[in-house]
Amino acid sequence: MTTPFYVPPEQLMKDRAEFARKGIQRGKPIVVIQYNEGILLIGENPSRSLHKIAEIYDQVAFAAVGRFNEFEMLRVSGIRYADVKGYAYARADVTGKGLANAYSQALGQIFTHEIKPYEVEVVVADLGDGDEANHLYHIRFDGQLNDSQGFAVIGGDEDELRVRIAAGYTDDLDLNGAIAVATAAIAETTEGDIDPASWEAAVLDSNAGRRKFRRLNGEAISDAL
Amino acid sequence: MIGESSSSEALSGGPIVPNSSFSALLDSQDMQPQWSVDPGMDVGAPEATTVLALRWADGVVMAGDRRATAGNVIAHSRVKKVYPADDYSAVAISGTAGMAVELTKLFQTELEHYEKIEDVRLSLDGKANFLARMVRGNLPLAFQGLVVVPLFSGFDEAEGSGKLYSFDVVGGRYDEQDYATTGSGGAEAKAFLKATWRPDLDETEALRVAIEALVSAAEEDAATGGPDPKRGIYPNIVTVTADGYREIPDEELAPIVEEVLEGRP
Repeated sequence: MTTPFYVPPEQLMKDRAEFARKGIQRGKPIVVIQYNEGILLIGENPSRSLHKIAEIYDQVAFAAVGRFNEFEMLRVSGIRYADVKGYAYARADVTGKGLANAYSQALGQIFTHEIKPYEVEVVVADLGDGDEANHLYHIRFDGQLNDSQGFAVIGGDEDELRVRIAAGYTDDLDLNGAIAVATAAIAETTEGDIDPASWEAAVLDSNAGRRKFRRLNGEAISDAL
Repeated sequence: MIGESSSSEALSGGPIVPNSSFSALLDSQDMQPQWSVDPGMDVGAPEATTVLALRWADGVVMAGDRRATAGNVIAHSRVKKVYPADDYSAVAISGTAGMAVELTKLFQTELEHYEKIEDVRLSLDGKANFLARMVRGNLPLAFQGLVVVPLFSGFDEAEGSGKLYSFDVVGGRYDEQDYATTGSGGAEAKAFLKATWRPDLDETEALRVAIEALVSAAEEDAATGGPDPKRGIYPNIVTVTADGYREIPDEELAPIVEEVLEGRP
């Protein structure tokens, strides 16, 4: 019988975090940024059908970077969570906070208990109704949950991107302004040129009806630029 | 629930089964709406009565009166019987009102759930088939007098035309060509539509024909409530066209209703 080597827990966690972080940094970043009439979610994505940005519920949207199969499972679970809750209680009872907590719990569990941690980071965007504030919940691969103010960044060179967006961000950006700030920051931190057709973008539009989520097509993006 | 891999369960060893159904999800959580009634018992639950659907030049119109009855009592006089199913289809209900409303809510959630997970809407036929399955699932209760029979209509985005579907109590699904009715005043409304309907009705004409059909049903059937402008009771009317679902507001219906009522002998 062989005795397994002793690995101190600090080292174990450090290794796992490093592994996950590497996977996430390889991915193309996504910026979630609020503007005067809603929240914009935007990132570079060469695929037209494999989305990284998605609708979860009336006023809740999802954006993720990392491994597709892993965040796709989170997306589907999130829709299931929201739809069951909204069906059992009322539509207004589905909140981004509840969903962000559920994601945080799930990722935390997976980080410590599974053989391999998830290489994903998620933003749950929750559009406030009327005077209520918007919420951008940033959930890390280890389950750490933050409530970001104004904008959130996941994937790529996160710190650098955050600095650049903070420089351009103001409270009264309109949609075109928000698109300009986000795309410029992403382009500056990306090597090589970005094909204008490869932006994937969506908004939670506070002027929309019950379902606030709407995808923006390439035209809307190039018009804004 | 989140983090439990539902898709990998489906994949482990077994065949790949779709997991985009909301009602299958409710089944797995034992949350499906359930009613059980002893045979021969009269629950006395309110019944929703006459609804109709018809095709016009650009799409379909669906309409329903506002009355629900329990025996010979008017249980509610402002019931809503026509609902959006999603952006391009509508469902109208007749039969036991409480159950029909719950099934409609489940149907709406199912369509939205599928659309979000698959990133594409179900085909119109797919929606109608799913609704037929829901009606079929209700068959045991139909024997105890708790019947739900819907009408379904929508705009077929693939074919670019409006379509109508009617159902029977065992979940049979029928494609209707021009118009369809159901509920206690349905026969009367159908007779009216048979005499009046033309394929080239424009929107205002289609609304008018729908209102007239309901008025003539209300004249013959005690369980169908006619429009009552004095009390502000107007029928529920919606249209579905290439531009999607639209509920016609009372202000738009009021002049047509007035005209119809004045024109009655």
